Amino acid sequence: MTTQTTAPQTPGTPAAPAQSGLIGIPANIARALTLGGAALTIVSTFMSWTWTSDFPGDLTVYGYPGGLQVLVLIGSILTTLFSLAGYDIKGLRHLVPAGGDAALRFAALATFATAWYTVIAISDELGGIVNLDPGGYIVAIATLATLVGALALPFEKPEPDPIDPDDDSWEKFKNKAAHQRATIKAAFAAGAPRPVGKLPSWAEILVIVAVMALGLTVFTYGIGTQYDELFIGFLLTAGFGFAALNKSGLVAQATQITSRHQTITVFGAFIAAALFPFTQTDDQYATIGVYILIFATVALGLNIVVGLAGLLDLGYVAFLGVGAYAAALVSGSPSSPWNVHFPFWAAVLVGAAASLTFGVLIGAPTLRLRGDYLAIVTLGFGEIFRITVQNLDGTSGPDITNGSNGISSIPDLNILGWNLGATHDILGFTIGRFANYFLLMLVITAIVVLVFRRSGDSRIGRAWVAIREDETAALAMGINGFKVKLIAFAVGASLAGLAGTVQAHVTYTVTPEQYQFAGPIPPNSAFLLAAVVLGGMGTIGGPLIGASLLYLIPNKLQFLGDYQLFAFGVALILLMRFRPEGLVANQRRQLEFHEEAEAPTVLSKTGA
Amino acid sequence: MTTDTTTQDTTPGANAPGEAVLDARGVTMRFGGLTAVRNVDLTVNSGEIVGLIGPNGAGKTTFFNCLTGLYIPTEGEVRFRGDVLPPKSFKVTAAGIARTFQNIRLFGNMTVLENVLVGRHTRTKEGFWSAVLRGPGFHRAEKASRERAMELLEFIGLERKADHLARNLPYGEQRKLEIARALASEPGLLLLDEPTAGMNPQETRATEELVFAIRDKGIAVLVIEHDMRFIFNLCDRVAVLVQGEKLVEGDSATVQGDERVIAAYLGEPFDNAPGDEEIAEVEAAEAQTDAPGKETDR
Repeated sequence: MTTQTTAPQTPGTPAAPAQSGLIGIPANIARALTLGGAALTIVSTFMSWTWTSDFPGDLTVYGYPGGLQVLVLIGSILTTLFSLAGYDIKGLRHLVPAGGDAALRFAALATFATAWYTVIAISDELGGIVNLDPGGYIVAIATLATLVGALALPFEKPEPDPIDPDDDSWEKFKNKAAHQRATIKAAFAAGAPRPVGKLPSWAEILVIVAVMALGLTVFTYGIGTQYDELFIGFLLTAGFGFAALNKSGLVAQATQITSRHQTITVFGAFIAAALFPFTQTDDQYATIGVYILIFATVALGLNIVVGLAGLLDLGYVAFLGVGAYAAALVSGSPSSPWNVHFPFWAAVLVGAAASLTFGVLIGAPTLRLRGDYLAIVTLGFGEIFRITVQNLDGTSGPDITNGSNGISSIPDLNILGWNLGATHDILGFTIGRFANYFLLMLVITAIVVLVFRRSGDSRIGRAWVAIREDETAALAMGINGFKVKLIAFAVGASLAGLAGTVQAHVTYTVTPEQYQFAGPIPPNSAFLLAAVVLGGMGTIGGPLIGASLLYLIPNKLQFLGDYQLFAFGVALILLMRFRPEGLVANQRRQLEFHEEAEAPTVLSKTGA
Repeated sequence: MTTDTTTQDTTPGANAPGEAVLDARGVTMRFGGLTAVRNVDLTVNSGEIVGLIGPNGAGKTTFFNCLTGLYIPTEGEVRFRGDVLPPKSFKVTAAGIARTFQNIRLFGNMTVLENVLVGRHTRTKEGFWSAVLRGPGFHRAEKASRERAMELLEFIGLERKADHLARNLPYGEQRKLEIARALASEPGLLLLDEPTAGMNPQETRATEELVFAIRDKGIAVLVIEHDMRFIFNLCDRVAVLVQGEKLVEGDSATVQGDERVIAAYLGEPFDNAPGDEEIAEVEAAEAQTDAPGKETDR
């Protein structure tokens, strides 16, 4: 049976390793089962899954998928396509440049997980499986069949280690378990994707536009999920679905194309992001959008300090605070001791300059330290900022910051006659207050991205990376380590201050509690660092995605409540165990952490 | 031995021929009660390859660190082109002394080209604002740096691997890259700390050729090495350091024939005879030097 397998196979070799699936079903039946199951799943999403509309999303309608059914539908369409590609159908082979079976397994897993989560959630919330309609049973069985079929598809199994006759039973057990792990790993492993050929440039730009559109759609869908169940279903589908696309090699090909047109990609991403407020009918989700953007921008600034220069800064949120307080003090707020009202551009300069000064003041004495010591000292300075601000209330110290009450009633910005507090109508779209600030914040994000990209790929950026890699060698190469580190620290601080000036106006109020080391609400220093590490150090996309996830997940999953930080900790540990380079891997880091993997040694682009 | 100094393709940092580039006088380095280097004089003239040998623990690396600004000598002074060395290692590099490390210290997660570009740091001026604003000056400087770096990569024969990560290079090429990185700072003096440690005979031969080629560019070279054949083939002059003191200095034949050197290496007692234990140590060190894949002494 020569079906398309994940590993390249030399035809006609008599000693080819035995190929079989994880489940003992003949390959042709398994393939048929997968396809049939996926097709049946598509059908079932158009059926009613439960009799009552008590379960959110209204899954009772025939002929029109709703809520979680849409997610299952997307998953099953993906499964069907990958499954058909397994039959070597002309045209569909472009879908699976890295071999289809691993992708098929992940797609089947995505559909299965979402469908069964839905079915279980219905049964659990409504009290028993009697609440399921025929559609619910069908989808459960169909997705299970798909998954079984996908797992039964043959793949090249690794050879078990020879058994040492002297082994005791525990060692034999360990040996066996290791082999099982390797087998499962092989089942989900994909081959190397074939490189994408040179397309005409309009086609490549079209691909980039499609990728951006997909990204915007996914993001908008995720931010707009209205109930916990749908958000969990979204996470399941998006997570496994992305893994499927990744294993199929499509992600690698898209990355190749985007790296050929980096500038267009960056512009495209900003246009896609700028379109976000226009997809929203009210200001509800633009609020989340602007908070995510503030968090992500600050995380990106931190990425210069941590990701490029390798300086572990645990008090970074203080710079955001300095910027926010500086902007608040000159905003004309009644709680500010100074009765001045600066225009926005001046407030931005004041905020950035204040953060810069604070950054240099903190950096100059502390940057002589290395590694953990620097982390502890910056943690201390972060807290010193918060406590100082809390005490400048007129009783413990001079009355500047109004103590723990903070500076409140910060007026809305007015830039060139455009009042950001008011609702505007543009081309029939309503742009509310938070959407205004979202667009303003996007400009700040663009500045930070620009600074990150340009400084990273220059003499100073190389000096930062060199210091991170080996400080002694960097000094021996003539790099003034202290100066270069201080620049990184100061740049990071000013960028955070820049974001702070907008944040002060978005939140109306700045209080010391917003700038803690750790707390349930991002941004705080711990979450900022987590966003950078989770997303991927030294990348631009990483902190943006990491910050989005870290903000959305606690925001959407209200039921987590007190367990939110616990769940966060567990997730972080799991991620560090299985993907230490972060969600968006810097090519260098990926090589650093997965040395055994035969990764391409040639970097297509030297930019960070 | 080839001693013809063809200085046709001189590099920007090259020296005028015949003049003393490095002049160390009475260098003494004490760590508390321990005197690691005692009253060592050493001059390196331009166009010269000078070797520094000695048994393990003789103070070679300490002396080296005095030359690169990592240590400030307790007594004595080191002059480079007539000026006393600044006390910071990055300033020493800027002044024109570049070094390689005994245990390779490349920037592993940077590409080969980027490693060499880092070496250009002291010879370029573009700061943060220039990088962000990207004016014409930035592009010009960046282009010039890249061209210079590619020239150096061609010089060591790694131009085809410019986009590889430094960590993925084979050992011998990493050593070469370290030399190219040091050359990128346009030094007048190149300090090589055991450049052939861990190399096989072919690679050692190639390194020898490379050092001659560097000398021919007009750059003075000071080499620490354990491999006697390499040193005696390569160097115009050899200084022998034993127990922190310079025992003898001269051309290969003089040093090879000097009985005190033979005594220091082979263990016969000489004037201020070391005890049996020291001799045993020296012998052990000697035995180690011949073994392939010898240990580094740091």
